[in-house]
Parts: sequence; C-alpha cells; structure tokens
Amino acid sequence: MPSKLTIKDLHVSVGETPILRGVDLEMNQGEVHALMGPNGSGKSTLAYAIAGHPKYTVDGGSILLDGEDVLEMEPSDRARAGLFLAFQYPVTIPGVKVHDFLRHAISNVRNPDRKEGEELISMREFRKELRDRMSEQRIEPEFARRYLNDGFSGGEKKRMEILQLAMLKPKFAFLDETDSGLDTDAVNFVSESVRRLSTENEMGVLIITHHDRLLQYNVPSITHVMLGGRIVETGGAELAQELHTAGYEKIRERHPEAAVEQAEQEQVAGV
Amino acid sequence: MTTLAAPPTAFGRETFDAYVERLVEPAWVTERRQAAFDSYTELHGVELDPEEFKRVDLRILRPEKFALQTDASESAGFETRMQQARFAGHVAHVDGHCVRSELSEELAAKGVLFGDLATLLREHGDVLEPHLMTRGVRPETDRFSAWHAAYFTGGTVLYVPRGVVVKEALHSLIAHATDGVADFCHTLVVLEQGAEAVLLEETASANDDLAGLHVGAVELLLAPESRLRYVQLQNWNEKSFHFAHQSGRVEKDARLQWTVGGIGGKLAHVHQNVELDGRGADAEVNGVTFAIDKQKLSYFTQQTHHSPDTRSDLLYKEVLRDKARVVWRGMIKVDADAQRTDGFQRCDGLILSDDARADSVPGLEIEADDVRCTHAATAGRVDEEEIFYCTSRGLSEYEAMHMIVEGYFHEVYDRIAPSKRIAGWDDECDTPGDPLEVVRDTLSAAVLEKLDLGD
Repeated sequence: MPSKLTIKDLHVSVGETPILRGVDLEMNQGEVHALMGPNGSGKSTLAYAIAGHPKYTVDGGSILLDGEDVLEMEPSDRARAGLFLAFQYPVTIPGVKVHDFLRHAISNVRNPDRKEGEELISMREFRKELRDRMSEQRIEPEFARRYLNDGFSGGEKKRMEILQLAMLKPKFAFLDETDSGLDTDAVNFVSESVRRLSTENEMGVLIITHHDRLLQYNVPSITHVMLGGRIVETGGAELAQELHTAGYEKIRERHPEAAVEQAEQEQVAGV
Repeated sequence: MTTLAAPPTAFGRETFDAYVERLVEPAWVTERRQAAFDSYTELHGVELDPEEFKRVDLRILRPEKFALQTDASESAGFETRMQQARFAGHVAHVDGHCVRSELSEELAAKGVLFGDLATLLREHGDVLEPHLMTRGVRPETDRFSAWHAAYFTGGTVLYVPRGVVVKEALHSLIAHATDGVADFCHTLVVLEQGAEAVLLEETASANDDLAGLHVGAVELLLAPESRLRYVQLQNWNEKSFHFAHQSGRVEKDARLQWTVGGIGGKLAHVHQNVELDGRGADAEVNGVTFAIDKQKLSYFTQQTHHSPDTRSDLLYKEVLRDKARVVWRGMIKVDADAQRTDGFQRCDGLILSDDARADSVPGLEIEADDVRCTHAATAGRVDEEEIFYCTSRGLSEYEAMHMIVEGYFHEVYDRIAPSKRIAGWDDECDTPGDPLEVVRDTLSAAVLEKLDLGD
C-alpha cells in the first residue's frame, strides 16, 4: 500500500518568531507536489520542520507518516522511516568521505533498527550500487573518496544531493530549491533525474522552487501556494504555471489576511 | 609555581645510589648517569622555562607517590590493537623492564639492532656511545631531561646500518602494570646513511586504576639520506603522568615523518624538538590528540632549521571535551645561514563542550632573510548543521559525531597513510595488518571509546 504523509495545523517557530501558522498538507507516495510562494512565506521552514532540524520548534499540530507520529522521531529515525530533505545549501564535512558517509547512511536507512557499531551493508554490494548511481548522475568515480561537499562547486553539491536521493530511495523527498544556482543544462539534468527516480521508486516528491524548469520535467499533480506561513491555495499544474507568469499579486489579493502576515514576516526576515 | 625547592626525596641521592648499584652496565653509562644526577639536583634550583611551562600545572605531580620497580610485574598481558599488525620485530617493556625482544633473523643478519637498551648497552655499547643523549636529548636541558638521564630504565633501541632498508615496521610497547610505578624508558633510533625504517611505539596501562609516572626520552638520529617513519601513541590510562623530551635530528637529504598521538594521561607534557641539520633535510611532524574529562595535555614543539634548503611541516589536530585542556606552544627557528627554509606549523582545536579549553600559541624566530615560514592556529566547535546533515541521512547523533571527529583527524591520517590507493576506493580495500592502518584503527577505536564516556 502506498504510504501517506499527513500534516495538520502545523505551527513552527524559529527562536521567538512564528513562521508556520497552521499548515495542512497531505501527500501520497508517487505524487509530485509543487510548493510555491514568495520568499519568507515558510516553504523551507516546512521542509526543515519535517526533517526535524533542532532550530525549528514545533508549537502545535501534527505530522503523521502512515499514522506514525513523525514529530516524536529523531531526525535520524525520520530518515530511516523514509523521509529525505535535499538541502538548498548542502553542508561541507571535512575529512568525511562521500563513500564512507553514504555507506553508513544506507546501512541505517535500509536496516532501520541498526545500532552504532553493527555491521554495515556489504562492501561489494555497496560499491557496485554507488558506482552505478554515480555514473547515472555523471559524477566522476573519484568523488567517492573526496570529502563530503568539500571544495565541490554548487552544481556538484546539488548532484551529490540527488545521488543520495537515488541511493536512499525515500518514500517522500522534499527538494528545497534544488534547482537554484544551477545553469540551464544542470537544471535540465537534475530535473530529469528527479523525474526518473520518482517514477522508479514511486517516490512522493515535494518540490520547492521559484523556477518552472523543474516543474516542466516533473509536472505536479498538486500545487500548493504558501503565504504568511499558511498554505492558502491548492490546485493543479495550471496553478504553478499561472504563478510563474503572473507572480503572487493575485494570491495576495485573494488572501488579504495572510498577505499582511507575509508582509510582517518579510519585514522580520529582512527579505 | 614552576620551581620545586629541592629534588624529591623519593628520587634523591640514596635512591639513585641504590639504583646504580643494581645496574650492570658499561662504566661510561654509569658516569653519564652520575653527571645527569648532579644536573638533576642543581636544576631544582633553576626555574623551568616559563614559556614552556606556564600553562602546565605541575602541582598535581607528587613524585613521592611513585617508585622504580625492581622487576616487571609477572604475566601482565598487553593485547594492544596495534599488535595485530604484521611487524618484523617487537620490543616491550613493562614497569621499566624488558619483557619481550624479537627481531626477524633476516634483519638481524643485515646488522640491524633492535632490542632493549639495557642489553644493547652491554652488547653493543661502542655503537651506542656516540649517540645516547649526546646530540638529541641533552640531560642538562631541564630537570625532566636530567631526571630521565639519571634514572633511565629500559628502553627501545633501533640501529640500522648504512644503506640497509627495512620495509617492515617494528613495534615497541612501553607499559605500566603496577600502581605507583615510575618508568624512565628511553627510545633511541639511529639510522646510518641511506638507511630506512618504520617504528611504531605505543604506551599502555594494564588497567584504568593504576597510577603511573613516565619520564621518557625519544631520540631519532637520521644520518644523511636516511628515512624514518616514527609514530608514538601515548595511550596511558587517565591516572598517569607523562613527561618526555623528544628530539629528531635530520641530516643532509634525510627525511623524517614523525607522528605523535596523545590519548591518555592525567597530565602530559611533551617537549618535541626537530632539528634540520643538513641541507635538504625534511621533517613532517603530525600530532593527534583527544582529551576528555580533566585530562591536561601539553605540547611544546620546536622546528629548528640549521641549514639551507630545509623543510619542516607540522600539523597538530586536537579534540577536546568535558573539562579537558590542551596546550600547544610551537616555534619555528631559522638560523641566519638557513636560507630558503620552508617552515610550516598549524594547530587546530575542535572543542566539543563548553568547559574544555585549547590554547595554541604559534611562534617564529627567523634570522635568515630568504625563507618561507607560515603558522596558523584555529579553534572551533562542531557545527550543529554538520550534525543535522548527517542525522537527516539516517546517521545517529553519536555516529555523526564520531564521523565528524574522525574526519577532523583525517587530514593527519591522509598524511601518514601508506600510498596504496585503488582509484576511487581507498577506504575499504582491506589490508588488515598494515601497520599504519593499525595506527589509524587504534586512534579510531580511542575516538569511539572517548565519545562514549563523560556526559
């Protein structure tokens, strides 16, 4: 049975500042969702809160994965349960090799009950898989022994995120502006990879983006629009299209209350 | 508080005379001990170098709590991780007495000497006399060097004759098995012209509870064109005191790669000197330390360039947690005629808790005008974003921390790792038993263990 992720009335703050003010969202495995909205509307906050970043405090509401309470889980357990966040700004970890990092990650995600120190997945199996996935992502084999994101270009970091996505095969992936900072060719390539992976793995994908390229390859079945920390509209692919061409003015007009809160949030964030 | 009024009675004249009485060694050795004992007595009236000792709290050292042991405590088994590697020879000392001395016949046939100092002084005194505490560690340097030179117990000697290349690594263990033990093990490595060797040395305590005192010395003497890789991993329990004068002398076109690990010890102070004596001499110095609880580790390093076209490159990586304190004071000295010196030093500290403290003080004293010398020191915390990134990929927080801390040391591992890379996949091409891999494994195991403690 396909998995289901249900977010209800989610309130999240960073420090003293409330960012999400009651988000409702439902996703089924295999669906492609687009999450749009002006800067500061809370899109990334939603992604981070789902992944369990300690700086984001959940003040209310719930996130359930097939009925399991995600908010009760440590970030590591969320990953093991099948949630994946592709970072907008992937972190550099000096001294930690891509290959070693991924082998640990995969061992845990494929064997969620694994404890530290217990056996990792077989080297032979892992090597073959990593080599294949790297070649699909057009990543040179030597990257396997480079330090994670250390000295990588923006594009290389993003491809590394997609490589992890391909290896970890989550049930739900949240792509936080994965297309930002990439040139057209790179965006096309990443977009195509996401499309293929989501089909192959029956992945649910939430795409956070300002651009439409990613959505041309990954036509969303559902588009959500955030404003002032709430999802104010939900529609089909045509809604994403409309926002690309017309911007958020109409949205603000239709949701004056959220627009005020959005303006306040923009002020706080200095957007 | 760096001046003691008089030599502690426990190591005074009576103890010394009784000790020397028991020893069976050449007359010149006893004479040197006598001279060193005189220095030891005098030096108690002399203040220790404040530059070197001002951050080292010697008040917690109570010499009267420690004593020389008359023999090795029987049957103390030391199954260190390092011993799992393949070695061409072993020397082990327990409580200052040699309990194991082995060398492959092949190397012995080539004239290599590898064994315990006491025996080799009797059998090959003529070979050792020009080298023992004459050019490397000098007894009169301070009260610790004099203390050691008066009382040195056993120790490990490696002598490699001219042109002999020893590819297989050799192993030396210095261990404590008795509560209250004082040991003064000495390590002497002499490579004649063009010789090559690898020596891995480690220290260990039989259990976590015994208090031990080690006042040691290391001398690495490299004749022209010789090559030495030497590792010393200080891995005492947290009740031990460790003092060591360590000296490397590198002659023309010789290369020294020297790695110190500091894991154990309640209080450790290491004075590490590397001297580039001949044109083209090259020394790489690596340090890896992990201090927890209330451990206090102190390193005073000097890279002294006496000749032109010499290179020295020092990298220390320190990790601290709890209330641990690590002090590093480094100095690059360049003599007036040591032109075209290339000198580098860097010390990085990674601090895992609020109460831990790292002090790093680099320094340069340059008299030549055509040199390239740089130094750097950094200190920082583990980035919360790094931890989150790892956990968001399914690693537990503990695994993430372990990986990040190990990653922190990786820069040093990469420098000492043997070059055996299969394209793309160097990490796990299993080579069990490779000695330098085992150094890494030992450190890695220590990291795991240390992350588990505290809190």
